[in-house]
Amino acid sequence: MREQLGLLKEKAEKELSQCKRLDDLNAFRVKYMGKKGELTKILRGMGKLPAAERPVMGQLANKIRDSLENKIADLTEKLKKKEMEQSLLAESIDITLPGIGPELGRQHPLSLVIEEIEEIFLGMGFMIEEGPEIELDYYNFEALNIPKDHPAREMQDSFYLSPEVLLRTHTSPVQARTMEKMRPHLPVKIIVPGKVYRRDDDATHSPMFHQVEGLLIDQVVRFSDLKGVLLNFAQQMFGADQKIRLRPSFFPFTEPSAEVDISCVMCKGTGCRTCGQTGWLEVLGAGMVHPRVLEMGGYNPEEVSGFAFGMGVERIAMLKYGIDDLRLLFENDVRFLRQF
Amino acid sequence: MLVSWKWLNELVEIKKTPQEIANLLTMSGIEVEGITFGLADSANLKVGLLKEITKHPQADKLVICRVEIGIAEERTIVTGASNVKAGQKVPVALPGAVLVDGKQIERAVLRGVKSEGMLCSAVELGMDVEKIPAEQKKGIYILSDTVSVGDNVVEVLNLDDVILELELTPNRADCLGMLNIAREVAALTGGKLKLPLVKGSEEGHECAQMAQVDIEAKDLCKRYVARLIKDIRIAPSPLWLQQRLMAVGVRPINNVVDVTNYVMMEMGQPLHAFDYARLQGKKIVVRKARENEELVTLDAQLRKLYPDMLIIADAEKPVAIAGVMGGLETEVTTKTKTILLEAAFFHGASVRRTSRTLGLRSEASLRFEKGVDVEQVRLAADRAVQLLAEIGAGTPVEGCVDSYPGREERQPIKLRIEKVNQVLGTALTPETMEEKLKALHIKVVEKNKAGWLFLPPSYRRDLVYEVDLIEEIARLYDYDKIRTTLPEGVTTQAIRTAEQKLRQQIRKTMVAQGLLEVLNYSFINPQQLDFLGIPEEHALRDVVTIQNPLSEEQGVMRTTLLPGLLSTVQRNVNNRNKNLKFFELGQVYFAHGFPAKQKLPMEKWMLAAVSTGEKEKTWAYEAKKYDFYYLKGVLENLVERLGVTANDLCWEVVTDLPGFHPSRTALIKLKGKKIGILGEIHPWVLEKYEIEQRVSMLNIDVEKLGAEEREQKVFVAPLTKYPAVTRDLAIVVSEEVVAGAVAKLIKKEGGDWLSEVRLFDLYRGQQIQEGYKSLAFSLTWQAPHKTLTDEEVNNLHQKIEKALQKEFSADLRH
Repeated sequence: MREQLGLLKEKAEKELSQCKRLDDLNAFRVKYMGKKGELTKILRGMGKLPAAERPVMGQLANKIRDSLENKIADLTEKLKKKEMEQSLLAESIDITLPGIGPELGRQHPLSLVIEEIEEIFLGMGFMIEEGPEIELDYYNFEALNIPKDHPAREMQDSFYLSPEVLLRTHTSPVQARTMEKMRPHLPVKIIVPGKVYRRDDDATHSPMFHQVEGLLIDQVVRFSDLKGVLLNFAQQMFGADQKIRLRPSFFPFTEPSAEVDISCVMCKGTGCRTCGQTGWLEVLGAGMVHPRVLEMGGYNPEEVSGFAFGMGVERIAMLKYGIDDLRLLFENDVRFLRQF
Repeated sequence: MLVSWKWLNELVEIKKTPQEIANLLTMSGIEVEGITFGLADSANLKVGLLKEITKHPQADKLVICRVEIGIAEERTIVTGASNVKAGQKVPVALPGAVLVDGKQIERAVLRGVKSEGMLCSAVELGMDVEKIPAEQKKGIYILSDTVSVGDNVVEVLNLDDVILELELTPNRADCLGMLNIAREVAALTGGKLKLPLVKGSEEGHECAQMAQVDIEAKDLCKRYVARLIKDIRIAPSPLWLQQRLMAVGVRPINNVVDVTNYVMMEMGQPLHAFDYARLQGKKIVVRKARENEELVTLDAQLRKLYPDMLIIADAEKPVAIAGVMGGLETEVTTKTKTILLEAAFFHGASVRRTSRTLGLRSEASLRFEKGVDVEQVRLAADRAVQLLAEIGAGTPVEGCVDSYPGREERQPIKLRIEKVNQVLGTALTPETMEEKLKALHIKVVEKNKAGWLFLPPSYRRDLVYEVDLIEEIARLYDYDKIRTTLPEGVTTQAIRTAEQKLRQQIRKTMVAQGLLEVLNYSFINPQQLDFLGIPEEHALRDVVTIQNPLSEEQGVMRTTLLPGLLSTVQRNVNNRNKNLKFFELGQVYFAHGFPAKQKLPMEKWMLAAVSTGEKEKTWAYEAKKYDFYYLKGVLENLVERLGVTANDLCWEVVTDLPGFHPSRTALIKLKGKKIGILGEIHPWVLEKYEIEQRVSMLNIDVEKLGAEEREQKVFVAPLTKYPAVTRDLAIVVSEEVVAGAVAKLIKKEGGDWLSEVRLFDLYRGQQIQEGYKSLAFSLTWQAPHKTLTDEEVNNLHQKIEKALQKEFSADLRH
């Protein structure tokens, strides 16, 4: 019996080592450990042994069985892993085929720029105000210290809807409207994004364009504050190394008034075609709110002061995105729009 | 305004380069837009005398000139110009000369004949052809006979002048004269002014006996000065005068006209000369035109005059349109013996209206419009008379007539020292302030505690308020030197309003879904409404019309975003981009009782989207159409994102919406409120836009999406841990039964635990009777507090089936 078991063990282990597939392992298990398996048979034959030998033989046989079981388990694990590896190999895909993701939409560059400007000024505590695009002559001109027959009206050739109503030529009327609404509350701290209209249509002028206006009225607001706020804006919009330059200018609704240049975004101030070799780009008009405008808005210019500024969104978008033709902004060509 | 560097240097001492002065001016508010440098080379450009001209033996179009360029110095030059004659003096470029285009002249052999230089045209010399006499524009520039042979052409023609081009703001009309620019330069540099000395005239004398001035329209004419010059000899002006005028862009005509123009460019005061002999009654009347008056103006046009126009008349009839143009009859001609010289202050707005009405704008009308210096009107007349005498154009008649009804005492302006520093954020001393103002000839008239009183010079009519003086101080101090601070008031918090947030979220959600945002003009061609088939009385016809549009294309304000979007589709399809999905978030405008009942029209935010074409088939997936259902899904997602469920949307068939497909269009309601429409564009409309593919369009009234309600917080529904049970339900119903109604009934009958009803198949064709369709739904039940049993679900399922059978005669398919 002992020899029989020894031979069986030897034979079984040899066979086991030759099993290459899971199927072979199953067959092996059936052959030795199945109901009619060779080892099973031996174990069944135990009864015929003398009582004294039984425990010893039984122990030996069980030990052989356990050892075989362990080996089967190990091998099963190995073969499974191997077979999995093989089947995964057969599943290979061409990773260079194009992806199929959802399509991306895009915001219009002008709405992107307006949003960016809004975020910057919201961060500085400026509320966003809006006003009608079809505006009374009073708010568009009179309340901004531009009486009838004022030469400054010529700067802005307007679209009229009736003798007293026009398409606003700038976002500044919202200054006057907001003052009327908020007086005597302080501070008035707003920006006004929106569409404006002028009778001009050529390569560098669009009859409809966008502006963002800014207004701060408080007990003490200084020209130096205007410089600080605009510098902050320019640096957030165009980069931390931006410089600004203020030049005296004229607007009927501010005094002192300034044109505001930023250092050229293309050449960083060394001079190039974009800035006409000056190193500077004109992007803003600004100034201290004219006392007449404060008065008409219901504030006492002896008690409060303020600054205002206005910028053309198209100009900023063109600089920011390197757009060289204004008309692209209104042609809505998908080849253009998809780039933002 | 063009500024001649040479002229400027005669008026003020300058120790800086043109570039430096340009920079100083720009940084002090007088923007220099451009600098034009003239010819630099001079030694090889000489005045030549054409001694003899012979035909070129080999070429018909060339001639050989023998040119004297100095004492006993001659050159042979071949030219192709046809306007040269022996005896003329011409500019000669000798070998080595560099012309304005950078071309260097060399010796050459032209068809076998040696040429030792070139005769030059005006263009080659860098002259502005717009400002030279017409006959000089082509061919060789013929020099005046008075110049000397061998002289330097650059000097003779003033070709080396530098021209600064100023872009003046409307408040600085005073800089429309060289003198005030010189004053500005002096203030900026400290350079000494060298103003011309003018001998003032006295009122009365012979002049007053010979001419009378009567200002009737005192509201439109503050001052009128007349002076007389006799023994007039009309002739070309001396060269220096011509050069000055040409340099600043004025074409020389004759001595009298040139002097009036010269004084205008110098002092900013336009002048006009009348032929005294032709003034009836020897009288000037400044008045408004009368009904039916007419005048033949200098340009030989008969002009109808309107009663609001300011005119100059003699004793009988109009002789000039004040500040705009003179009359032909009183024009100064070679026969003129005596001239009456006019210098006046006419009301700017009146001149502007008149010049606009007549379409006549000139350097003179421009200056009147912006306002001339009323105090210097007489000085300008005296300056002109003095110049005319100097150049020998005539003999001054002693005295003048000066009618000055509009004289006003100018009030000094109070300036508070602390206010200056408060406004600017500076710490300037009173001395600095006074020094800056003094440089601009703004004089202190009084100093006291309450403030200092300053009186600006008469030409600075823009200085009225204290802040105007503050700006002058800041401007001369240099804006750049003012420090940078941040506002010191209370800190405020800024957030977007509910409406602003709503619009931002709409924009972001539409973009997130793959649509491109577009921006179209707010005005449209009214014809576009015809294209859409909008009936006459329809609300979309309630347009606001622009009175002065640039073109009919932009004639009315849009009442719908549709035309803009359809044009956008058309343009892109023409560019062979056929698969498109756009949205626009913008305003539309309705008259809404304007102007009769409302002060302003109504403006309203709309969201519109169009889609056409398809998401093209890829190597892996089938194509997906950008059709009605695409846009429907976009809207469903949008409202979900905005915090209402798509279930709150209700879709109603609408068959008669102008511009839309009669059987593929829906009216959309949200919680019972009509919010917009979604449909296919009517093929007739597409035909008008020449679009040959189906287009769908969504149009939503943004206000109706309820910005306020949306502010409510989202309350998250708890996630149940009990398993979901899913059952499929397939039915065959007649075509008339719409899927939405079936789904609605399923939801109603399915009980509270029916959590999802999803249509996963719609089938027509084989095995389905014609006129019928098969709908297959996947239904999911899930209870928050327990596991549902099969029995419970089966009961509900059967309940649904029964209801469907009863309501829609549905045939159940198992």
